[in-house]
Amino acid sequence: MSVTLYIPCDSGALALGAEKVAKAIEKEIAARGIDAKIVRNGSRGMYWLEPMVEVETPEGRVAYGPVTAKDVSSLFDAGLTSSGSHKLSLGRTDDIPFLAKQTRLTFARVGITDPLSLDDYKAHGGLKGLEKAVATAPAEIVKTVTDSGLRGRGGAGFPTGIKWKTVMDAVADRKYILCNADEGDSGTFADRMIMEGDPFVLVEGMTIAGIATGATKGFVYIRSEYPHAIATMTRAVEIARKRGVLGVNVLGSPNAFDIEIRSGAGAYVCGEETSLMNSVEGKRGIVRAKPPLPAIQGLFGKPTVINNVISLASVPIIMDRGAEFYKDFGMGRSRGTIPIQIAGNVKHGGLFEAAFGLTLGEIVDDIGGGTATGRPVKAVQVGGPLGAYFPRKLFDTPFDYEAFAAKDGLVGHAGIVVFDDTADMLKQARFAMEFCAIESCGKCTPCRIGSTRGVETIDKIAAGIEPEKNLALVTDLCNTMKFGSLCALGGFTPYPVMSSINHFPDDFRPQRQLEAAE
Amino acid sequence: MQPAGTEIASRTTAVINEFAGLEGPLLPILHGLQEEFGFVPDESLPVIAKALNISNAEVHGVVTFYHDYRRHPAGRHVLKICQAEACQSMGSDAVAAKIKQLLGIGFHETTRDGSVTLEPIYCLGLCACAPAAMLDGEVIGRLDAEKLEEIAAEVRL
Repeated sequence: MSVTLYIPCDSGALALGAEKVAKAIEKEIAARGIDAKIVRNGSRGMYWLEPMVEVETPEGRVAYGPVTAKDVSSLFDAGLTSSGSHKLSLGRTDDIPFLAKQTRLTFARVGITDPLSLDDYKAHGGLKGLEKAVATAPAEIVKTVTDSGLRGRGGAGFPTGIKWKTVMDAVADRKYILCNADEGDSGTFADRMIMEGDPFVLVEGMTIAGIATGATKGFVYIRSEYPHAIATMTRAVEIARKRGVLGVNVLGSPNAFDIEIRSGAGAYVCGEETSLMNSVEGKRGIVRAKPPLPAIQGLFGKPTVINNVISLASVPIIMDRGAEFYKDFGMGRSRGTIPIQIAGNVKHGGLFEAAFGLTLGEIVDDIGGGTATGRPVKAVQVGGPLGAYFPRKLFDTPFDYEAFAAKDGLVGHAGIVVFDDTADMLKQARFAMEFCAIESCGKCTPCRIGSTRGVETIDKIAAGIEPEKNLALVTDLCNTMKFGSLCALGGFTPYPVMSSINHFPDDFRPQRQLEAAE
Repeated sequence: MQPAGTEIASRTTAVINEFAGLEGPLLPILHGLQEEFGFVPDESLPVIAKALNISNAEVHGVVTFYHDYRRHPAGRHVLKICQAEACQSMGSDAVAAKIKQLLGIGFHETTRDGSVTLEPIYCLGLCACAPAAMLDGEVIGRLDAEKLEEIAAEVRL
């Protein structure tokens, strides 16, 4: 009987040697004359176990990891293809606590299916949402998305359904669905994992958005730092076209929809929606003033739905299972699930999809297992380069848009970067300003000039030059940037800076130089 | 040796023709040129401006806005070391210092033998296997001294 082996083709697994493992396994299969098939799946999201090899058994999949090419021969000696025991055995994949504790809705298929097999996608519940959508009135689709409570997963948390309704109601000869896949925030990789591990769910979500709003063309703007995601999405779109999922008659219906993949060019600010639109149009990625809202006058001046990858990828299951099903998860005004990305100096880093409401402490200590270095956790940055640094005393903050805002932080794209006690928060605050200076589009003064002055002033504090006065200056500068910047780049850079100053004042004291010299 | 002027213009036109039908073709054209030449030649810019009926200033503005577009050829290999927060938490500063020392160049520089260009990059989405890097499009995670030495030896070949 043929046995199926799964070896991830996710970038994270590839970065840890999955390709070499796959080659070694192919060689071993041929040499031993074993009847086995290799499927290159997405990642299950447990990066400390990657490359993780799985074997299909009657009892479900059994996992081994982290596997290196050197382990392959001994794995076969131990009877890999008959789920034999080995020092890298992890037991049944579904029983691994990190996975068993999750609620996977958006990521239901990631790591399970062959990303580029549409048949596999359908066999695991794919296209059911779109099948419903083609038989539903657009206003009903928009109502379902609105009722589900889905909010923009890119960071801003704006209700997706309301955005869609504005575009649906707008009258124009052309409308667009624009997927923001410019996932530039450090500590985030959920968009990448979806695009590499389950690209059809994004195709399906965008197509539903198109049918709901009357848009016939979609763009996925993927950052150039993600070559594997670009390649997988490009192939998925070709396959979807060939199989009638995209085209003039979506699933045989009178609805037309097509998707084009676009590559970014290394500008962080293009993750900001108006800057992204300029970039697709072939302009400098300069932020546009709002209004006009993109939903009224967006890409090429036409009404445009611009949503993050995760928002769009969550739509198919909402259409399939209904608004109530999705809404039942979560807390307060944060409904549904959120794919939390645990990263940085952490023992168990990876993707953890769960309903809103877990506390930061549960995520970092229980799920993440503390730091990789084994040292105490000093700070965690939530929400990317523009997110606040949280000290341990705020670890009771629940994962919820409003709760984080109340603590002067943001959920953002739900990336969490853990730092141990060797972190120097002054250095982190300086980096936040430096990054803003490098990436500023230059349109507004608080961001363009403020970030550079911020770096200089923090350098003065570090050098012990009038620290009290300069701290007050940085605080004032942050206030100007927060309220005077056109977009979130300049507007949110104060979050990491001020949270570092407020929660870790010792790192900004004048004696730091003396200590460093000792 | 740099290709002769007319040759650049004709190769540029071929790339433009490939993408001119797209909505908002400028970025795809520039990516195409970088693929074709390894950088975006100055000579290509007026050709693009004419073809797309936009000003030279607009083309120049776009080329210089985006970090990806090179104005000069890079080394035979391009090594990008992630310097963003998740990698910082796992010692990307030390990684950068080590690779600079091994290659004898700083960021945005190319070794004198033209073998490798070293650049910082801000996030490869490999934040759960930091510190990370990308060598000619190939991703590498959990960098340590041993892996850096392997990379340094490989790019010098």
